[in-house]
Amino acid sequence: MDKVMRLSSEKGVVIFSKSSCCLSYAVQVLFLDLGVSPKIHEIDKDPECREMEKALMRLGCSKPVPAVFIGGKLVGSTNEVMSMHLSSSLVPLVKPYIC
Amino acid sequence: MNTTSTHFVPPRRFEIYETTLNQVSMWEESFKNNGGIFTPNSIIIPTDAKLDSLSEDTSHGTPHKFDQEASTSRHPDKTQRRLAQNREAARKSRLRKKAYVQQLETSRLKLIHLEQELDRARQQGFYEGNRVDTNALGFSDKMSSGIVAFEMEYGHWVEEQNRQISELRTVLQGQVSDVELRLLVDNAMKHYFQLFRMKSAAAKIDVFYIMSGMWKTSAERFFMWIGGFRPSELLKVIDKLVFHPWLVLLPHFDPLMDQQVLDVCNLRQSCQQAEDAVSQGMEKLQHTLADSVAAGNLGEGSYIPQITCAMERLEALVSFVNQADHLRHETLQQMHRILTTRQAARGLLALGEYFQRLRALSSSWATRQREPT
Repeated sequence: MDKVMRLSSEKGVVIFSKSSCCLSYAVQVLFLDLGVSPKIHEIDKDPECREMEKALMRLGCSKPVPAVFIGGKLVGSTNEVMSMHLSSSLVPLVKPYIC
Repeated sequence: MNTTSTHFVPPRRFEIYETTLNQVSMWEESFKNNGGIFTPNSIIIPTDAKLDSLSEDTSHGTPHKFDQEASTSRHPDKTQRRLAQNREAARKSRLRKKAYVQQLETSRLKLIHLEQELDRARQQGFYEGNRVDTNALGFSDKMSSGIVAFEMEYGHWVEEQNRQISELRTVLQGQVSDVELRLLVDNAMKHYFQLFRMKSAAAKIDVFYIMSGMWKTSAERFFMWIGGFRPSELLKVIDKLVFHPWLVLLPHFDPLMDQQVLDVCNLRQSCQQAEDAVSQGMEKLQHTLADSVAAGNLGEGSYIPQITCAMERLEALVSFVNQADHLRHETLQQMHRILTTRQAARGLLALGEYFQRLRALSSSWATRQREPT
């Protein structure tokens, strides 16, 4: 859990994903399209993968990946990110992190 | 294919004693021609012709007897013999008729049964016809019954959709209160959301089926994107509400306010971005799936691990179908938020009719192709 919390604040936009997860890739593409380059953590390549998965689930994610953190706060998974973007509330949130 | 009616033409009264021998040969011929069995075709074609010429002996009343008496007086022996022969022939004819009718009945029941099976098979037909990979073991009954159920439910969904569109059209042409209109709009929205729920359940049963779009008409299938219409397509349809000046001529026209126009533009952009992102995710899924299938040495004939790995990847396809529907859901929701009730009603009518036109295009095209050149 600590690792997750630490990693999630490493950068403005942090995405926890798995190398095989294509929806995580879709979320990544979306942020890139908005001008943000998120930090990607492929937890399946991390030795503590199981613990991280459990931690992410405990934080409220229905699925461990993709888990999106903006400004260190959990925003949610693909559904939440897409909903926010369509309701125009995603861009204001990532504005400070646009390069 | 029309079923034959069980209403037999009541036998007409006419003398049989001179035509009886002809009848017997008719029956014999009929039996021979059909190889002793009655096929559906032979049920339909000869029925009326054959039965018309049949009659029961008891249907003959006084006139017949009168003629009998007339001929008896002149050549009693000959007449007696002829009458006996006729009676015998008539009896045989009746027996044959009975047998024929019984065969007709059996065949008719068989025909009804076959038609029912055909209907059922036709419903599954699009589903089964597409499954070139099935064998007796691979084709689970649960899958097919779940998908057949979905197809039937979808049929009802389309009917209800058409009804709602007609209602919207009628109501918007006249005077309608905002309250009533809001109800219609809410129902239309709920109806779409219901479809997404149905699709989600069906995708769990067979995601390839949903992806194939076999439950839609051909033109709709042409424009498909991950198991349904493109969310951006939805916004193109309501474009006309926003940017066409001729709309001023419509009754109760309420133009979009500047803020609304801005919101719609923003929605269109974010919708396109979301769609692109999910499309790229799908491409990646296709690549990784293909890689899984092709992994290892191709040609050695053993590939169970590759199939196992590919199966795991395939689970992700269900998530994609759900995500695509989520985008459709959210786009509809946002459109509903941005527009006024009246504008939303017109937008939903436009969207509904757009799909109706696609379905009409599909049937027109199909009919055109069937015409002989």
